[in-house]
Amino acid sequence: MDLCTMDLRITRQRGFLLFIFTCSSLLHGSRGEIPSKPTGGVTILPPIKPDNGPQAFPDAEKENMPVFTMNYSRIQIPFEITLWVLLASFAKIGFHVYKKITVWVPESCLLITIGLIVGGIMHSVHEEPPAVLRSNVFFLYMLPPIVLDSAYFMPTRPFFENIGTVLWFAVVGTLWNSIGIGMSLYAICQIEAFGVQDINLQENLLFATIISAVDPVAVLSVFEDVSVNEQLYIVVFGECLFNDAVTVVLYNMFNFVAEMPVVEPVDVFLGVARFFVVGFGGMGFGILFGFTAAFTTRFTSRVREIEPLFIFMYSYLAYLVAELFSISSIMAIVTCALTMKYYVEENVSQRSCTTIRHVVKMLGSIAETLIFFFLGVVTITTDHEWNWGYILFTLLFAFVWRGLGVLVLTQIINPFRTIPFNFKDQFGLAYGGLRGAISFALVFTLPDSIGRKQLFVTATIAVILFTVFLQGISIRPLIEFINVRRTNRNLDTINVEIHCRIMDHTIAGIEDLCGQWSHFYWKDKFMKFNNQILRKILIRDNRAESSIVALYKKLELQNAMEILDDVSGDISAAPSVVSPYEAKPKRKFLAPDLKNMHDILSKNMYKIRQRTVAYTTKHALPNESQSKEILIRRHASIRRSLRPGSFQSSVVPKSHKYFSLPAGKSLDSKFPPGMTSYADDEETMSEAAYPSRRSRLVQPARSSSSRAMMPLRRLDTLTEVHSVDVVDEKVGDRRRAARGTSRTNSSSSRDPRIPAPQRHHSSADNGRGSADNFRNGHHEEEEEEPQPLSPAPSWTAEPREDAAQNPLLRRPQWKPKK
Amino acid sequence: MEAPFRFDQQTCLCTTPLSVSAYYSAQNTRLEASEKRTKGSKINISLEQIKNLHKRFQQLSGDEDTISKENLESIPTLANNPIRKQIIGAFFDKRNQHRGEAGSCDQIGFEQFLMVMSHFRPPTLKMTAEEKEAMRREKLRFLFNMHDTDNDGTITLVEYRKVVEELLSKSGSIGQEAAEAIADAAMLEVASTNVPTMGPDDFYEGITFEHFEQILKGLEMESRMHIRFLDVDTTTMRCGKSTS
Repeated sequence: MDLCTMDLRITRQRGFLLFIFTCSSLLHGSRGEIPSKPTGGVTILPPIKPDNGPQAFPDAEKENMPVFTMNYSRIQIPFEITLWVLLASFAKIGFHVYKKITVWVPESCLLITIGLIVGGIMHSVHEEPPAVLRSNVFFLYMLPPIVLDSAYFMPTRPFFENIGTVLWFAVVGTLWNSIGIGMSLYAICQIEAFGVQDINLQENLLFATIISAVDPVAVLSVFEDVSVNEQLYIVVFGECLFNDAVTVVLYNMFNFVAEMPVVEPVDVFLGVARFFVVGFGGMGFGILFGFTAAFTTRFTSRVREIEPLFIFMYSYLAYLVAELFSISSIMAIVTCALTMKYYVEENVSQRSCTTIRHVVKMLGSIAETLIFFFLGVVTITTDHEWNWGYILFTLLFAFVWRGLGVLVLTQIINPFRTIPFNFKDQFGLAYGGLRGAISFALVFTLPDSIGRKQLFVTATIAVILFTVFLQGISIRPLIEFINVRRTNRNLDTINVEIHCRIMDHTIAGIEDLCGQWSHFYWKDKFMKFNNQILRKILIRDNRAESSIVALYKKLELQNAMEILDDVSGDISAAPSVVSPYEAKPKRKFLAPDLKNMHDILSKNMYKIRQRTVAYTTKHALPNESQSKEILIRRHASIRRSLRPGSFQSSVVPKSHKYFSLPAGKSLDSKFPPGMTSYADDEETMSEAAYPSRRSRLVQPARSSSSRAMMPLRRLDTLTEVHSVDVVDEKVGDRRRAARGTSRTNSSSSRDPRIPAPQRHHSSADNGRGSADNFRNGHHEEEEEEPQPLSPAPSWTAEPREDAAQNPLLRRPQWKPKK
Repeated sequence: MEAPFRFDQQTCLCTTPLSVSAYYSAQNTRLEASEKRTKGSKINISLEQIKNLHKRFQQLSGDEDTISKENLESIPTLANNPIRKQIIGAFFDKRNQHRGEAGSCDQIGFEQFLMVMSHFRPPTLKMTAEEKEAMRREKLRFLFNMHDTDNDGTITLVEYRKVVEELLSKSGSIGQEAAEAIADAAMLEVASTNVPTMGPDDFYEGITFEHFEQILKGLEMESRMHIRFLDVDTTTMRCGKSTS
């Protein structure tokens, strides 16, 4: 208890809590008062102009029609729930007002603290906490969102690479903890001095199961911040997910067993059998519903507005059906989410994808917030049964068995791992075993037939508070202190991507050579099966796309966007990077193709985005800082290009250079091999990938290179490009200018999600144009030309045409806008 | 140059049960010798693993002393690997055989086979940071050699394009132009990272090993380029060579 008060003192120092304090007390006050008001009708004013028309229905009673009525009992339950959710959400806002506090103190600690405060107030006015946390409510409404959240954002690749270890720790580790703690506590119970002899073995095991459910949200966010190595991260992540499943299964089993007067040996075997039936049954349902969901989204392209709904309904259905057969509903929802995610995200539109992610995140985090919040409230308001001996030994055993378990289990699993866990990793694993929301909810929903339920509740709360506060706060300094091996996750270059693939293939090949089978082999086989069969069935727009191509497209898009906005010599980089890819033999475009361009483009954007957000905490949305970064970078490059002198020489031939590469020819067909210079191309690339480096040293090199490159390019243009192209260029140029301006305006607002939605909002014509631009090279503008706008009229009508033609004139126009 | 490690005719003679044990005892000593020698050159492969690999080697070579490219190319499970050529080529590349020579050979013996395999051994818990770094370099060097087919110390654009093309050759609808463009872009990336202050007339000849290291600097190799050589025999799992 003194721990909490100590923390209270610490947090209160921060000052801002006062705000929440008043806020919560206000809310609480209103909550407390409302029920005391009369719930019948209260008439305050006469009806508004009752004689204005014929009376539709004459009064059966003598009373006048009430103008103002209150019927609180009718809305009570949803109303109170809403207020609680709102209160919890306000608390979350409050934490993030002051950034530093969430770095050092995990959010769960703060939530519990707020809950303690609110509980204290409620206790002082003798108000009962709402009976929201009943068994059914928890299992049917609060648990599914939490689990769906973790499952949906599970980083897939590392998970499957470490699936053995994850399951090993989740299943065997939980069994180890439950049985170990249960047995030891049973031994403690035999000591008369503690006065708890009436707790039998079954109840001890049940209790041990409850407190062996780890919930390391706080740890995961710390791990993510310091970017510990992938293996450790994923094992902790996966463990917490599957451990919930195991715990709930054990909980139900022991719950059943605890009610039985005698346990016969055959029951033990039946229990073991049931354990497997429950687990694998859940998995089966999950896979079934996952594939059904993926298959359904194949046909939802016409009903985009309800697309996200399918994801939720199917996962929930999986959960409920599993619950119906009393098999592991958590397993069902987890496997369902894991199975469908990949296919669904490819099928649905970008917006639906965003919606799905947001809603999953939102529901999950609200459910968890509420549980932590209630934990705080209940800690104060409930009647406790404090038994020093039992509770202290529970704490001790929970700690010791977790540590021992990790040590022993790692020794067993290490020989089977390619990268064994060292002692630092093991420490991280053991110390990351915080207990959290699930434990609390489970113990709180225990049936009343358990004699010592109060004691169990008290002990569980003690364990949770101890681990969440002590371990949760100290893990960050400790992890940083012992310097756990870290992984750099922010590598996003083509070379890295290519080499990751090469390595994967090499390893698979070498394993084939050795005649060994391992996960690379299976991965290869699965990918083949996936590409040949699953994708064909489940995905609407089935084009097998390797991750390199996805990345390449992203960089290309980035480049193209820079070209659109950028006014300086960077544009010379465009042909070599953009057009060889786009100069495909297909030059005629059918109308539907053109229409699809837009869609494909935005889709590619989201695919790329999703590749970068593998890691997310439970309390944060997938971060979209990357697209933001692109914008900032572009911003910077524009600013740079506005600097006087840097564009003087480069401006005139720009458009020529831009179109200097004829379609169908790649770089080396144009330049003699060996003569290709990357001098100016590098600028763009470095801009795309290495902003900081560029800003440091690019300035001198850039102006010289662009100036020096001009004549060469220009000559090429003159010899190879038709005069038709020149007219066309002007159109393109003007269009580019227009688009560029709008982009600049929006980018100044720094909306992180600009690139994708922007395209949606632009007019169809513009969107088509830009899509065309990106996908098929600027040469395709010839084909496109007759449809949207004829070049000549707008060419003369548009006052900016002049400016577009002469970039020297155009650029000053931008300046005031900046 | 070290004499290639040879197994004598006993290999072919082991038809009777009697000679099997004789063969094994004889072979054990040889394998132990091999282990010792490989330990000298810092190859940490245990005797059990060497035995396994040797069994596999014989299976692949059809009980011959040496193995040829055709032997490896006929492995059915390898047929789907897009970079099969490079992988097989790496085995016959003398640079990968720790002998300080360049060029490729047509036949390799078991010891060379082991040498190449040893590039993929996982790090142990006891390794120091320097050893790990050296190991990483070695693995990178292996990859680099795979790209640098003409052994001139740089990966030229042509070589890089070829690799990317092969890599993408199995992934369906991606054309050659796309592969080339990707290679170009990747090349630009290397150039821009390593030679940021390049003059206008400079030409980036290709990726040297230093640049190669630089570009893959942050990439974690520990989880990628490793094979746990099995102690137990898995060749019974019917993934052997079709011809044997």
